Amino acid sequence: MIYSDLAIAAVLIAVMVDLFVFKNSLLTRAAFWISYSIILPFQLMTNWWLTHYRADGKAIVMYDPETIIGTRIAAAPLEDLLFGFALILSTMGLWEFWGRRGFQRDK
Amino acid sequence: MRRFGVAKFGYMAMLAFTFCGSFWLEVVLKTGVLRRWKRALISILPVSAVFLVWDAYAISQGHWFFNRDRMLGIYGPYGIPLEEFLFFIIVPMAAILTIEGVTTVKPHLREKEFGKDEK
Repeated sequence: MIYSDLAIAAVLIAVMVDLFVFKNSLLTRAAFWISYSIILPFQLMTNWWLTHYRADGKAIVMYDPETIIGTRIAAAPLEDLLFGFALILSTMGLWEFWGRRGFQRDK
Repeated sequence: MRRFGVAKFGYMAMLAFTFCGSFWLEVVLKTGVLRRWKRALISILPVSAVFLVWDAYAISQGHWFFNRDRMLGIYGPYGIPLEEFLFFIIVPMAAILTIEGVTTVKPHLREKEFGKDEK
Protein backbone atom coordinates (compact mmCIF):
# COMPACT_ATOMS: atom_id res chain seq x y z
CA MET A 1 0.00 0.00 0.00
CA ILE A 2 1.14 3.52 -0.72
CA TYR A 3 1.05 6.56 1.58
CA SER A 4 -2.29 7.75 0.10
CA ASP A 5 -4.03 4.44 0.89
CA LEU A 6 -2.62 4.30 4.40
CA ALA A 7 -3.51 7.93 5.14
CA ILE A 8 -7.13 7.42 4.05
CA ALA A 9 -7.31 4.15 6.01
CA ALA A 10 -5.92 5.87 9.12
CA VAL A 11 -8.59 8.59 8.99
CA LEU A 12 -11.36 6.03 8.41
CA ILE A 13 -10.18 3.90 11.34
CA ALA A 14 -9.79 6.95 13.62
CA VAL A 15 -13.28 8.19 12.68
CA MET A 16 -14.88 4.75 13.16
CA VAL A 17 -13.20 4.31 16.54
CA ASP A 18 -14.30 7.80 17.58
CA LEU A 19 -17.91 7.24 16.52
CA PHE A 20 -18.45 3.62 17.53
CA VAL A 21 -15.87 2.62 20.16
CA PHE A 22 -15.33 5.75 22.26
CA LYS A 23 -18.60 6.92 23.69
CA ASN A 24 -19.32 10.64 23.45
CA SER A 25 -17.71 11.10 20.04
CA LEU A 26 -15.21 13.95 19.79
CA LEU A 27 -16.30 14.53 16.19
CA THR A 28 -19.68 15.75 17.44
CA ARG A 29 -18.19 18.22 19.90
CA ALA A 30 -17.20 21.85 19.57
CA ALA A 31 -14.19 21.37 21.86
CA PHE A 32 -12.57 19.08 19.30
CA TRP A 33 -13.21 21.28 16.29
CA ILE A 34 -12.04 24.41 18.12
CA SER A 35 -8.88 22.54 19.12
CA TYR A 36 -8.36 21.24 15.60
CA SER A 37 -8.80 24.71 14.13
CA ILE A 38 -6.06 25.93 16.49
CA ILE A 39 -3.76 23.01 15.67
CA LEU A 40 -4.22 23.08 11.89
CA PRO A 41 -2.36 26.38 11.19
CA PHE A 42 0.52 25.14 13.35
CA GLN A 43 0.53 21.85 11.47
CA LEU A 44 0.71 23.75 8.18
CA MET A 45 3.65 25.80 9.49
CA THR A 46 5.59 22.81 10.79
CA ASN A 47 4.72 20.77 7.69
CA TRP A 48 6.15 23.54 5.57
CA TRP A 49 9.30 23.63 7.68
CA LEU A 50 9.85 19.89 7.27
CA THR A 51 8.86 19.49 3.62
CA HIS A 52 9.87 22.58 1.63
CA TYR A 53 12.94 22.23 -0.53
CA ARG A 54 15.90 24.32 0.62
CA ALA A 55 18.94 25.71 -1.18
CA ASP A 56 20.67 22.32 -0.98
CA GLY A 57 17.90 20.90 -3.18
CA LYS A 58 16.48 18.81 -0.33
CA ALA A 59 13.71 19.03 2.24
CA ILE A 60 14.10 17.64 5.77
CA VAL A 61 11.46 15.01 4.98
CA MET A 62 10.97 13.92 1.38
CA TYR A 63 8.40 11.67 -0.27
CA ASP A 64 8.51 9.18 -3.11
CA PRO A 65 6.24 10.82 -5.75
CA GLU A 66 4.91 7.34 -6.60
CA THR A 67 3.34 6.97 -3.15
CA ILE A 68 1.38 10.26 -2.95
CA ILE A 69 -1.36 11.74 -5.12
CA GLY A 70 0.84 14.81 -5.58
CA THR A 71 -1.38 17.56 -4.18
CA ARG A 72 0.71 19.66 -1.83
CA ILE A 73 -0.54 22.07 0.83
CA ALA A 74 2.04 24.35 2.46
CA ALA A 75 4.71 22.27 0.67
CA ALA A 76 3.58 19.02 2.31
CA PRO A 77 1.63 16.19 0.69
CA LEU A 78 -2.13 16.37 1.27
CA GLU A 79 -1.72 12.97 2.91
CA ASP A 80 0.13 14.61 5.83
CA LEU A 81 -3.06 16.42 6.84
CA LEU A 82 -4.92 13.09 6.92
CA PHE A 83 -2.05 11.57 8.91
CA GLY A 84 -2.16 14.46 11.39
CA PHE A 85 -5.94 14.37 11.70
CA ALA A 86 -5.89 10.65 12.51
CA LEU A 87 -3.07 11.11 15.04
CA ILE A 88 -4.73 14.02 16.82
CA LEU A 89 -8.26 12.60 16.83
CA SER A 90 -7.04 9.24 18.18
CA THR A 91 -4.90 10.74 20.93
CA MET A 92 -7.52 13.24 22.10
CA GLY A 93 -10.16 10.52 21.86
CA LEU A 94 -8.18 8.21 24.12
CA TRP A 95 -7.46 11.08 26.53
CA GLU A 96 -11.19 11.80 26.81
CA PHE A 97 -11.97 8.09 27.05
CA TRP A 98 -9.74 7.64 30.11
CA GLY A 99 -11.17 10.82 31.63
CA ARG A 100 -14.72 9.55 31.30
CA ARG A 101 -13.63 6.29 32.90
CA GLY A 102 -12.59 8.43 35.87
CA PHE A 103 -8.85 7.93 35.39
CA GLN A 104 -7.10 11.14 36.48
CA ARG A 105 -10.20 12.94 35.29
CA ASP A 106 -9.81 16.17 37.22
CA LYS A 107 -6.92 18.60 37.39
CA MET B 1 24.10 26.66 8.07
CA ARG B 2 26.60 23.84 7.82
CA ARG B 3 29.40 26.21 8.78
CA PHE B 4 27.86 26.73 12.21
CA GLY B 5 26.89 23.09 12.59
CA VAL B 6 23.24 23.90 13.25
CA ALA B 7 21.93 22.22 10.08
CA LYS B 8 21.58 18.89 11.87
CA PHE B 9 19.05 20.50 14.23
CA GLY B 10 16.65 21.08 11.29
CA TYR B 11 14.08 18.53 12.38
CA MET B 12 14.75 19.20 16.09
CA ALA B 13 13.85 22.87 15.55
CA MET B 14 10.35 21.83 14.52
CA LEU B 15 10.01 19.69 17.64
CA ALA B 16 11.25 22.54 19.86
CA PHE B 17 8.75 24.91 18.23
CA THR B 18 5.88 22.47 18.78
CA PHE B 19 6.96 21.85 22.38
CA CYS B 20 7.23 25.55 23.23
CA GLY B 21 4.08 26.40 21.28
CA SER B 22 2.01 24.00 23.38
CA PHE B 23 3.75 23.72 26.75
CA TRP B 24 3.02 27.33 27.74
CA LEU B 25 -0.63 26.26 28.02
CA GLU B 26 0.36 24.06 30.96
CA VAL B 27 2.24 26.93 32.60
CA VAL B 28 -0.07 29.87 31.87
CA LEU B 29 -3.51 28.25 31.73
CA LYS B 30 -2.61 25.54 34.28
CA THR B 31 -4.16 22.77 32.19
CA GLY B 32 -2.89 20.21 34.71
CA VAL B 33 -1.84 17.72 32.03
CA LEU B 34 1.61 17.14 33.57
CA ARG B 35 0.08 16.23 36.91
CA ARG B 36 -2.06 13.70 35.01
CA TRP B 37 0.97 12.23 33.25
CA LYS B 38 -0.23 8.64 33.63
CA ARG B 39 -3.41 9.45 31.73
CA ALA B 40 -1.35 11.31 29.11
CA LEU B 41 0.99 8.33 28.82
CA ILE B 42 -1.78 5.76 28.26
CA SER B 43 -3.37 8.12 25.74
CA ILE B 44 -0.20 8.80 23.77
CA LEU B 45 1.63 5.45 23.79
CA PRO B 46 -1.00 3.16 22.21
CA VAL B 47 -1.59 5.61 19.36
CA SER B 48 2.12 6.35 18.90
CA ALA B 49 2.94 2.64 18.79
CA VAL B 50 0.60 2.19 15.82
CA PHE B 51 1.99 5.25 14.06
CA LEU B 52 5.58 4.08 14.66
CA VAL B 53 4.74 0.75 12.99
CA TRP B 54 3.40 2.80 10.08
CA ASP B 55 6.59 4.91 10.16
CA ALA B 56 8.79 1.80 10.08
CA TYR B 57 6.80 0.41 7.15
CA ALA B 58 6.87 3.73 5.26
CA ILE B 59 10.64 4.06 5.79
CA SER B 60 11.22 0.46 4.67
CA GLN B 61 9.10 1.02 1.54
CA GLY B 62 10.67 4.40 0.85
CA HIS B 63 7.33 6.23 1.12
CA TRP B 64 9.23 8.95 2.92
CA PHE B 65 12.88 9.52 3.72
CA PHE B 66 14.98 12.04 5.58
CA ASN B 67 17.76 14.46 4.72
CA ARG B 68 20.42 13.06 7.02
CA ASP B 69 22.25 16.43 7.05
CA ARG B 70 19.26 17.90 8.90
CA MET B 71 19.00 15.15 11.50
CA LEU B 72 20.93 14.44 14.69
CA GLY B 73 22.02 11.13 13.25
CA ILE B 74 20.65 8.90 16.00
CA TYR B 75 18.57 6.02 14.69
CA GLY B 76 16.49 3.43 16.48
CA PRO B 77 14.98 0.12 15.33
CA TYR B 78 13.91 -0.11 11.67
CA GLY B 79 15.95 2.98 10.88
CA ILE B 80 13.48 5.28 12.66
CA PRO B 81 15.31 8.51 13.59
CA LEU B 82 15.26 9.77 17.19
CA GLU B 83 13.33 12.81 15.94
CA GLU B 84 10.44 10.61 14.82
CA PHE B 85 10.17 8.98 18.27
CA LEU B 86 10.12 12.46 19.82
CA PHE B 87 7.54 13.58 17.22
CA PHE B 88 5.13 10.90 18.40
CA ILE B 89 5.43 12.12 22.00
CA ILE B 90 5.54 15.90 21.49
CA VAL B 91 2.81 16.21 18.83
CA PRO B 92 0.18 14.09 20.66
CA MET B 93 1.10 15.93 23.89
CA ALA B 94 0.50 19.24 22.07
CA ALA B 95 -2.92 17.94 20.98
CA ILE B 96 -3.86 17.04 24.57
CA LEU B 97 -2.59 20.40 25.87
CA THR B 98 -4.64 22.16 23.19
CA ILE B 99 -7.97 20.50 24.00
CA GLU B 100 -7.30 20.96 27.72
CA GLY B 101 -6.39 24.59 27.05
CA VAL B 102 -9.67 25.08 25.15
CA THR B 103 -11.76 23.49 27.90
CA THR B 104 -9.88 25.41 30.59
CA VAL B 105 -10.76 28.71 28.91
CA LYS B 106 -14.28 27.55 28.01
CA PRO B 107 -15.30 25.22 30.87
CA HIS B 108 -18.87 24.96 29.57
CA LEU B 109 -17.51 22.92 26.65
CA ARG B 110 -16.36 20.34 29.15
CA GLU B 111 -19.50 20.33 31.31
CA LYS B 112 -21.93 20.14 28.41
CA GLU B 113 -20.02 17.90 26.13
CA PHE B 114 -17.50 15.74 27.86
CA GLY B 115 -20.07 13.53 29.48
CA LYS B 116 -20.41 12.11 32.91
CA ASP B 117 -17.95 9.90 34.71
CA GLU B 118 -18.67 6.36 33.52
CA LYS B 119 -16.89 4.61 36.36
